[in-house]
Amino acid sequence: MSNYRIHGATGDWEIVVGLEVHAQVTSNAKLFSGASTQFGAEPNTQVSLVDAAMPGMLPVPNRECVRQAVRTGMAIEAEIHKWSRFDRKNYFYADLPQGYQISQLYHPIVGKGALTIEADEKAGIPEDRTIGIERIHIEQDAGKLMHDQHPTMSYVDLNRVGVALMEIVSDPDMTSPAEAGAYVRKLRAILRYVGSCDGNMEEGSMRADVNVSVRRVGDTELGTRTETKNVNSVRFVMQTIEHEAQRQVNVLEDGGTIVQETRLFDPGTGTTRSMRSKEDAHDYRYFPDPDLLPLELDDEFLEACRASLPELPDAKRLRYENELGLTPYNARELTADVEVFARFETLLGETASAIGKPEAKVATQVANWALSVAPGVVKSLGDEADVSHGTAARQAAILKMQDAGEISGGQAKEIYEIVLKTGREPDEIADTEGLKQVSDTGAIEAAIDAIIAGNGDKVEQYKGGKDKLFGFFVGQTMKAMQGKANPAVVNQILKDKLG
Amino acid sequence: MPRTENDFTQLGIREIRDGVAGGDFTAREVAESLNAAVEAATSLNAFIVTTPEKALEAADATDAARAAGKALGPMAGVPIGMKDLFCTNGVQTTAASHILEGFIPHYESTVSANLWAAGAGMLGKLNLDQFAMGSSNETSYFGNVSSPWRKAGSNAPMSPGGSSGGSSSAIAARLCPAATGTDTGGSIRQPAAFTGICGIKPTYGRCSRWGVVAFASSLDQAGPMARSVEDCAIMLGAMAGFDPKDSTSLDAPVPDWFGNLDADMRGKKVGIPREYRMEGTDQAILDSWDRGAEWLRDAGAEIVDVSLPHTKYALPAYYIVAPAEASSNLARYDGVRYGLRDLPDGAGLQDMYAATRAAGFGDEVKRRVMLGTYVLSAGFYDAYYTQAMKVRTLVQRDFDAAFEQCDVILAPTTPTASFPLNSLNDDPLTMYLNDVFAVPASLAGLPAMSVPATLTEDGLPLGLQIVGRAMDEQSVLNAGLAIEQRAGFTAQPEKWW
Repeated sequence: MSNYRIHGATGDWEIVVGLEVHAQVTSNAKLFSGASTQFGAEPNTQVSLVDAAMPGMLPVPNRECVRQAVRTGMAIEAEIHKWSRFDRKNYFYADLPQGYQISQLYHPIVGKGALTIEADEKAGIPEDRTIGIERIHIEQDAGKLMHDQHPTMSYVDLNRVGVALMEIVSDPDMTSPAEAGAYVRKLRAILRYVGSCDGNMEEGSMRADVNVSVRRVGDTELGTRTETKNVNSVRFVMQTIEHEAQRQVNVLEDGGTIVQETRLFDPGTGTTRSMRSKEDAHDYRYFPDPDLLPLELDDEFLEACRASLPELPDAKRLRYENELGLTPYNARELTADVEVFARFETLLGETASAIGKPEAKVATQVANWALSVAPGVVKSLGDEADVSHGTAARQAAILKMQDAGEISGGQAKEIYEIVLKTGREPDEIADTEGLKQVSDTGAIEAAIDAIIAGNGDKVEQYKGGKDKLFGFFVGQTMKAMQGKANPAVVNQILKDKLG
Repeated sequence: MPRTENDFTQLGIREIRDGVAGGDFTAREVAESLNAAVEAATSLNAFIVTTPEKALEAADATDAARAAGKALGPMAGVPIGMKDLFCTNGVQTTAASHILEGFIPHYESTVSANLWAAGAGMLGKLNLDQFAMGSSNETSYFGNVSSPWRKAGSNAPMSPGGSSGGSSSAIAARLCPAATGTDTGGSIRQPAAFTGICGIKPTYGRCSRWGVVAFASSLDQAGPMARSVEDCAIMLGAMAGFDPKDSTSLDAPVPDWFGNLDADMRGKKVGIPREYRMEGTDQAILDSWDRGAEWLRDAGAEIVDVSLPHTKYALPAYYIVAPAEASSNLARYDGVRYGLRDLPDGAGLQDMYAATRAAGFGDEVKRRVMLGTYVLSAGFYDAYYTQAMKVRTLVQRDFDAAFEQCDVILAPTTPTASFPLNSLNDDPLTMYLNDVFAVPASLAGLPAMSVPATLTEDGLPLGLQIVGRAMDEQSVLNAGLAIEQRAGFTAQPEKWW
């Protein structure tokens, strides 16, 4: 449990959140027709006879969409139902040509599963939490109405009609906006790892219906919930919860009651407003779609689905911690998204082979570089950086020089700056630009001898026990060496000479 | 009846295709003869649109193929009627509803495409009950279809049955040798029985539903209607086949039903379901049923009593399941994309839906859409739909048990002979009872056929129904052939149209 509380006038309230996430299945064709699913095409250019619900047209399930739903279910360690069935959800709207959406109410393809969100003190998540997932079912998306094309008429674009969605329904297990945000991020990461959804919330590939209720701290019964539809970013999900929970508390403390209703989130104001209440809710008249046979999955299909799963975020994170020796923070950051770990693993491989050490020996260095040093350089350069110059091989070359003590951390940054600006090779930059540490003990000794000779008083004080002065000698030496001396060598010689 | 010069209207599928293949006459001669018969029979109102040019085009293609020595299809040179529930590329398809008036698909249903590929040609689109909902062909937006048959001593127009009433009327009146039908709860068998012709509803899934305007998806099944069992066998072979575009299509090879026709029933058991002996069934029907059993015994079959205990629940269950599916299937007729749109001044979307559907659907369609909407509604679903689906399972089990004891079941097709048009309009329940014997096989998805047996005292045809095991159309056709050979049904309606 989080300690997220709403401090009302009459006491403290806690919140209960459940999410229904709609994720567009990555597939070239729609759920029941062969039409393309590409985003951004001209209106009504990706519409088959089935999508337009012409008379006599029939749906045929797309096996790839089924496969992706099963793989997603396996990724959250859910029960996979070998027997599931499609139902029709009946309602009239101009963006729904059939007059019904084909969905799965009674027998979803995926049953109970769960995912874990990691503790994150800063975000207000004190400990790891397991969020239950009630089910995943597959269903058709609807089209889109456009109200701004004509003064008195609405236009309809059927391109999205029939695109496959997974509806991923969580249990009401989240107790703070932060947990809900972490849940959506984690779910998105899993979907992207699995490759079953691109997770692109801006293009509508992922959106959430947010169910919120509040209750007094200590109450065990759930309060009446509201459902805010189609929230399309993590930040908006969190804002929706904050606003909606506060609103509910205000209503209740003013002596009102919460109406079970559907609400809309307004990103402009960060508030929600009522769309329709339960009283005028549709009666969807769900019933099994008689055009479709039950979906029956055999063991061979399930095994192939399982075999195709990649290493998933939790497993990868634990491996990074236990086998690569990374800190929990680094492991979490590096496994949060597909691109991040892919870049890291490539660089790790390159670096390990360049240096000639096992990956575990260089992982921490590479992780720090990948998470903090390299992004810092890119950020500081702004438009001057051409990140395509920063290949894994070039970064590995820099890390190799650093590992060998040939360059300092500061020099590594400088070299990488030049790499990103020019595309030149790190070794050549280090040589040509004089960006190498001096490890020549003779030169360093000479410099140190001169400093000791010129600072007799300080030497006495140091020898008298003022240990802090060691830093002074290091600084003077580095200054004399114009910052290019290898600090480890400098330290060693200083210690030897100062006794 | 002897064939006069250039009159090919008496010929069946087999005679036409063999005559064309053998060079006795050309396909064009046949098409011209039937086009003329169709044109002269407008008073039957069997066709919604006629397509004489399509019939000639197909005939010419057959004649050319023959001249070029190419192999001819099993329906080569045979002009047929197409029930206007099948979408036909470039030809208006209406389901006999105002809401689809003027709708011209740019695609061809799988079944009609199969028929054209087999060499058949199209005389026109046949009238039917609106959206195939009806048992008398009185619900069509394009007017009632008259049966060519009349009661002895009366000029009252009679019902050709429904919903495939345009098909049955046209075939009985010799406007076409055969036609497509569709059967959801008897819509092939009942009109066949009313008009003295044959018709078979194959096993659910044998014929693709792709491109057929849907009524009740889990029940709809296309099948042939013709004047002989062998013609039904030929045409069914041309219509059937696995279609990946229909998820409920049977992925099984199409047997050579025609080639394997065999009226020898020795070693076969014919079940007589005792529950079909219902109150309200005409004595003439019961008599013909007994005759049918005798004919099959004569053909060598053993007659056994069987029980289908849930029969009486089948019709009520059907009138829940079929309207439920229909209420959803017909939601797409909303005025948004095609077909009728009624947009009153200042109307919003909901007003447009209401106005369009009020104007576009006939009363019977509205009745069933409302029934279906009701039984699927929250709070009623379990009491009606779930219960009906349980009954459906029990009916299927009845048949499974019966087919442990027999190979085919013999029953009447209908509880009465045809009735005058407009006589049952105000009594939908009595109308629905017409399908009481037909509906159980529909709920169970089994092959079932009607063959003509006798005439009533009034001179109206009566049919006998044969129901077989799933996938066993052959036994159904064989028993039908045995009856056909013994019934000697040669009666034809006297031409008045």
